[in-house]
Amino acid sequence: MLELHDINAAYGKVQVLHGLSLNVAAGEILCLLGRNGAGKSTTMKAIMGLVPISAGSMQLEGHEITGLPAHRVPKLGIGYIPQGRRLFAEMTVAENLQIGLMTRGKGGEVRERVLSMFPRLRERLHQRAETLSGGEQQMLATARALCLEPKVLLLDEPTEGLQPSMISLIRDVVLTLKEQGVAIILVEQRVDAVLEVADRIVFVENGRDAMTVTPDELRADKGLLQRFVGV
Amino acid sequence: MEFGPHLMLAMLEGLVQASVLTLTALGLSLVFGVMRVVNVAHGEFYMLGAVLAWWVTTMLGGNPAIGFVVALVVAPLLVGLMAAAADWLVLRRVEYDPERTIVATIGLLYIIQQVTLMTYGPDAHPVTPPFNTRLALPWYEFTDAGFQIYWPWGLSITSYKLFVIAAAIVTCLGLWLLMARSKIGLILRATQLDSETAQAFGIPVERVFALVFGMGAALAALGAVLVVPIQQAHYLMGGDPLLLSFIVVIIGGLGSLRGTVVAAILIGMSDGIISVFFTPTLAKMLATLLVAMVLVYRPQGLFGAKPA
Repeated sequence: MLELHDINAAYGKVQVLHGLSLNVAAGEILCLLGRNGAGKSTTMKAIMGLVPISAGSMQLEGHEITGLPAHRVPKLGIGYIPQGRRLFAEMTVAENLQIGLMTRGKGGEVRERVLSMFPRLRERLHQRAETLSGGEQQMLATARALCLEPKVLLLDEPTEGLQPSMISLIRDVVLTLKEQGVAIILVEQRVDAVLEVADRIVFVENGRDAMTVTPDELRADKGLLQRFVGV
Repeated sequence: MEFGPHLMLAMLEGLVQASVLTLTALGLSLVFGVMRVVNVAHGEFYMLGAVLAWWVTTMLGGNPAIGFVVALVVAPLLVGLMAAAADWLVLRRVEYDPERTIVATIGLLYIIQQVTLMTYGPDAHPVTPPFNTRLALPWYEFTDAGFQIYWPWGLSITSYKLFVIAAAIVTCLGLWLLMARSKIGLILRATQLDSETAQAFGIPVERVFALVFGMGAALAALGAVLVVPIQQAHYLMGGDPLLLSFIVVIIGGLGSLRGTVVAAILIGMSDGIISVFFTPTLAKMLATLLVAMVLVYRPQGLFGAKPA
């Protein structure tokens, strides 16, 4: 579905990605693991066109998307749930969803489907996003991305700072999307959560894809965590 | 004239000034709020609006009302297009960097001003108001005969000045509806709140910026078209509105449209009243002092959000 080949990317003069490659298929969950600053979030921003790419190429369903203006990328069906949620804080829940729906011209049907996945949001439609609890904000960030009916979904630390019931809700949503054939890239710090859902795991180190393993291989060799995540 | 009628006259004049200032300052505030660009050339877009209004009415000739209505539409539109082009050709190229945009808009200021001097010339030109009936206003007094209404000599306003006030109110309501209720408003607010995330949801931020810069300049131009039948068009007329708009936007809170309206009425009214009873210089001094006090005691402005 989505392929990255030898991507270089930099914030100004600071190069963060040095030849990173990965690919994710429809209905697959690919997890990125690595230390802080390894380049996981930057990889997502590079896919979204928010960080300029200086070398390498990206394809979505075989079509070249390298160097596309940032606002064109989501229109192709890539949904993004950024780290820290990044809601439009002063806007209402309904308005945040409206922005998501407008991205690919989706209508009331999609809105209903998304709201039925998160009934709590339906009760709070006219509340400002900044007044929601942390869990509700994460629901809204997820719902906003789902309003695109994405083919590819990027989740950047979706469970950060959430209580266990909310974490399991987010996990269920991710698994439902996987069943629907969405290609999912997940950045996650909690290794147990990764082992539960991942189909493949890419260790990111110094802006490169250092190693790709299956959850079983990771369970068998805990030394990998020591080496790439260093806990 | 007695104090009461005199004060009422001063307040009405102040309200006319406040109306024009509200539109001009809203333009500056909109541009800063969404783009984080301090537009030093804002006063020149105002001046261009006035000069274009003169140009349009002179070209058309005939009935002044027709020329004025055409100018009311054409001048803000042309100025808006010019500003959007300036954004696309200049500000976008300096990547909206705060310091470089200040220098770039200073450059724009001189280019617009000098081109106007070379083409329009150094003279001031009037525009005939579309209607200008003098309306006498009543006052009251208590005499031995009890409460009485009378018509003091000199207490009057023109129908055109009332129109300026009404036009400013209608424009503010229109802008509020646009921002709060329309799809474009939603896109503008999303860009203002988080332009990076807005891009991740398909909002073409660069085009939004060009639109906003154009809208901001068009608001200034609209204010100038309204003012030019009262005050003549001149190539240096952009200085005062720029200063007052900055004062208003700082007092109201940078980027807060509600605060801008409240501060514009406050500054416009006090400027009018103090100018009538004392001197215009004192009015400017007090306004600038108020800015200093706001910056010391409430740097985010009256309605601005506290920095996180």
